[in-house]
Amino acid sequence: MKHFARRLKAQDNINTDYVISGRYKFKIQDPDELAKHIFEDIDPAFAARVQKGDVLVAGENFGCGSSREQAPQSLKQAGFFAIAAKSFARIFYRNAFNIGLLLVECDTSFIDDGDELELDIGKGKLKDRSKGLVLDIKPVPMVMKKLLEDGGVVEHFKKHGGFKFE
Amino acid sequence: MGKTIAEKILSDHSGQDLRAGDIAVCDVDFCFGQDGTSSIIIDSFKKLGVKQAFDKSKFYMIIDHSAPSPNIGVSTIHKKMRDFAKLLDVGMYDIGCGVCHQLVPQKGHVTCGDLVLGADSHTCTYGAINVFSTGVGSTDLAITLASGKNWFRVPETIKVIVTGKLPKGVYSKDVILCIIKDIGSNGATYKAVEFYGDTISAMSVDARFTISNMAVEIGAKIGIMEADAKVLKWVAEHSTKEPNPVKADLNARYVAVKKYDVSKLSPQVAKPHAVDNVSNVEELSGVKIDQAFLGTCTNGRLEDLEIAATILKGKPVHPDVRFVIAPASKEIFLQASKKGLVETFVKSGCSVLGPGCGPCVGTHNGVLADGEVAISTANRNFKGRMGNPNSFIYLASPATVAASALAGRIADPREFKKRL
Repeated sequence: MKHFARRLKAQDNINTDYVISGRYKFKIQDPDELAKHIFEDIDPAFAARVQKGDVLVAGENFGCGSSREQAPQSLKQAGFFAIAAKSFARIFYRNAFNIGLLLVECDTSFIDDGDELELDIGKGKLKDRSKGLVLDIKPVPMVMKKLLEDGGVVEHFKKHGGFKFE
Repeated sequence: MGKTIAEKILSDHSGQDLRAGDIAVCDVDFCFGQDGTSSIIIDSFKKLGVKQAFDKSKFYMIIDHSAPSPNIGVSTIHKKMRDFAKLLDVGMYDIGCGVCHQLVPQKGHVTCGDLVLGADSHTCTYGAINVFSTGVGSTDLAITLASGKNWFRVPETIKVIVTGKLPKGVYSKDVILCIIKDIGSNGATYKAVEFYGDTISAMSVDARFTISNMAVEIGAKIGIMEADAKVLKWVAEHSTKEPNPVKADLNARYVAVKKYDVSKLSPQVAKPHAVDNVSNVEELSGVKIDQAFLGTCTNGRLEDLEIAATILKGKPVHPDVRFVIAPASKEIFLQASKKGLVETFVKSGCSVLGPGCGPCVGTHNGVLADGEVAISTANRNFKGRMGNPNSFIYLASPATVAASALAGRIADPREFKKRL
């Protein structure tokens, strides 16, 4: 599957209120319905541009603010294959891997909206095929790899009867 | 090498000798969810296939963010929470009880040295009473509800030392906004913060909660303080749990030490649309406001209401301003009522809501119109936070908010020096 970059105009400190507003997350439980409203307060046209398999590209501290799991959940539901950012906020980081959404940290400065991307987690590389760039990904911690392999923390927990990171 | 508070509490709860950077599974002393996060806690818990809570007394659900329910969608979630509480035979604070971060310490669920998880980012609030408390997502919370455990990466620690006597009209909210301005919204991501200094020691426990509450606004995992005599007294008055105060070692390792002299600090105001976008109040006087809000887990405590009432007493709120007030708990509401504060508010023309989060998160109780400006004692001013992306939110202390409500514009509470 081909992956294309999706970038917002805003780059750093995109908080989870912006990912999915409190206006929606308190009253809507259906993830498909929530996914229609992602980033509505900062870019109302964005949600409609997302295609299945896209990679969301952002700057520093993506996902700061509220602990709402509806944020990674609605991004996953919108079709994002992964999120690439310079850094992630702590709670969002856990939440994403817990539900099996891949996050990669790398220097995203030169990736433009629409660029074709290729991810190789094993080799720790993100390739921007449109630019001919090869970016180093910060190694995914062992715990996160394990959760991702098992399909999220619920599946991990059921499979091992608890946490098993060794 | 000695240990930080975070290293000690996580070591205590894992049975291992842990240092910053280590990852360990720890036992959690208390956990909870609120009405914005509990629906997914319930779904994830059910997916785990577990039938009961790890300990019925160590999990609560709190309905505070949209309480009472403003629409059918929220009502459905509230009902789901009530049904789940019955099914698991676990505790619940329903509408009218108050904000989760007031209730959890006030009702005695946590004490010094505890390890606490909440499905709400401002769970860091109880750092003020020496608790390692931090926010997680709903599925993480469901794992803890099922097992009593979760995994933790031991954070590095930043030491923050605040010194100097606060000038009249300047409060703990101004101190934390000043720190957030300096460190920035990404400056302590993944880290613990330990707060020290004579300014903190001089503060009441209520005032200290305001500081720990906002630690997450610089990305921190916890914002913790030592348990001094004031904290031990407060904890003894609220909880029957045995406190286990934890101090950092003198030779503990810090990744940074930050010092602030606040003896000449002005009242601070965070401007739209970021919490670290902070100015001195003098630079903003003249910004017209349409709504003022006093309350929340940051500043909805008795002391906050008292400060606002002192400024308001006998004066009408500006005719172009709506002033919304929500006490942080039922007990605070009752005390405020007994002390005549509620009467002061109502006579000044304020709209006093029941205990809860009020309009903080934009689902009800004072949603702004396009182009409107609010000044609030809450902890976030993101675009759209109070329900309308075309409105503007300023954050300040209860004194600055009350002064502004009278003036109809952002006002310096030091103008009311004689009253304070």
